[in-house]
Amino acid sequence: MVLADNIPFQVVFYDGDGSDSITAENRFAILSRLLDKGYAVLRAAAGGNAAPAAVDAGRILVLGAFPDGAPALDDAAGETAIESLDISALDTDGVVDAVENFRDGRAMNQPGQWKPWFPVIDFDRCTNCMQCLSFCLFDVYGVDAENTIQVQNNDNCKTNCPACSRVCPEVAIMFPKYAGGPINGELVSETDLEREKMKVDISSLLGGDIYSRLRERSEVAKSRFSKERSADKALDERKKCLIKLQGEGMIPAEVLADLPSPEEIARRAEEAAQKARAALASRGGD
Amino acid sequence: MTTTNLSTPPRKILYCRCAYAKVVPEDVKDDVLRELCASGQPFETVSDLCEMSAAGDSRLDTIARESAENGLRIAACFPRAVRWLFHAADSPLPEGEAVEILNMRERSATEVADGLLHRKREEVQEVEAD
Repeated sequence: MVLADNIPFQVVFYDGDGSDSITAENRFAILSRLLDKGYAVLRAAAGGNAAPAAVDAGRILVLGAFPDGAPALDDAAGETAIESLDISALDTDGVVDAVENFRDGRAMNQPGQWKPWFPVIDFDRCTNCMQCLSFCLFDVYGVDAENTIQVQNNDNCKTNCPACSRVCPEVAIMFPKYAGGPINGELVSETDLEREKMKVDISSLLGGDIYSRLRERSEVAKSRFSKERSADKALDERKKCLIKLQGEGMIPAEVLADLPSPEEIARRAEEAAQKARAALASRGGD
Repeated sequence: MTTTNLSTPPRKILYCRCAYAKVVPEDVKDDVLRELCASGQPFETVSDLCEMSAAGDSRLDTIARESAENGLRIAACFPRAVRWLFHAADSPLPEGEAVEILNMRERSATEVADGLLHRKREEVQEVEAD
């Protein structure tokens, strides 16, 4: 879950004019620790030439070994608050602590809190077929004003579930944090394309329309339930159906455990399919 | 082994730490960052481009716009993934050679660092003195 839409400030690591040089190893130690805590760091090099900085954060913290103490710095445009910190006497832990103290509890996304898992569409490959929108049960996909598919609700995407990428006939959906290619963003080979096209007919998974099959199983389960009055057996029936999906590698176990009831699945699937049909119709069958 | 900086104008360097997942080998990430820290060149680092894209971080737009003028070399993961991550945040990278993406998931730290710093390595034959 994204907690913050931007970092609270930009860190600049300065060892140019007016500062003492910091060893390369110390520089590495500090930068790697700050990055692993979620900070972005700009290294401004000796000679006073700083790389063009993205200073949209509105606040900058400049770290450096300043022999005469941390200098007072002002933004000429008056738009960015700049503070400096002399790190001469600080070890790596001390620098990291000082930066954290500067943040003072302001919200910031940090590694370890969540995993940025969401589909990334390669629009050079996407044909706008809407299969992903029809397939996803968690409302991740939508369409824009031109009825082009888009990822609308990143946060709804279930971590580690790449199922939608497997039903895309053009292999256009990536999950950059996924281990294997081409879902991780590797170039798509002809072999990948042929394999994925074979999976386009997802109704072949269970010998019929997958959602109708789930509905049938639900009806059978209900009937059995009414006769046997066993909620456990109904749940077991659903579980068997979903285990088959898991066995195909389509959906991780934890996602299966989180799926809604078959009736809700059917309702959502129909809604998604309607949305997809409407989008395609509006585009005039591009 | 000697390194030679090649003579084209320097481009901005962007290093992605991929801090939110373990998909880039740790030793490669560390070695590339070490080389950057030892290089004397300015560079920009971000914790995780996927996180920035998910958050719609406005810095991606700044980076993309500046790259059109000044060029950019990015150390991250697969180029296809990186390009469409920027696109997903409404911050498309320019087409063509302005942006070079070096893949830390597949290439060695040496290759990536040399690419970022635009240098080539040559083996130097040491001649023993008689």
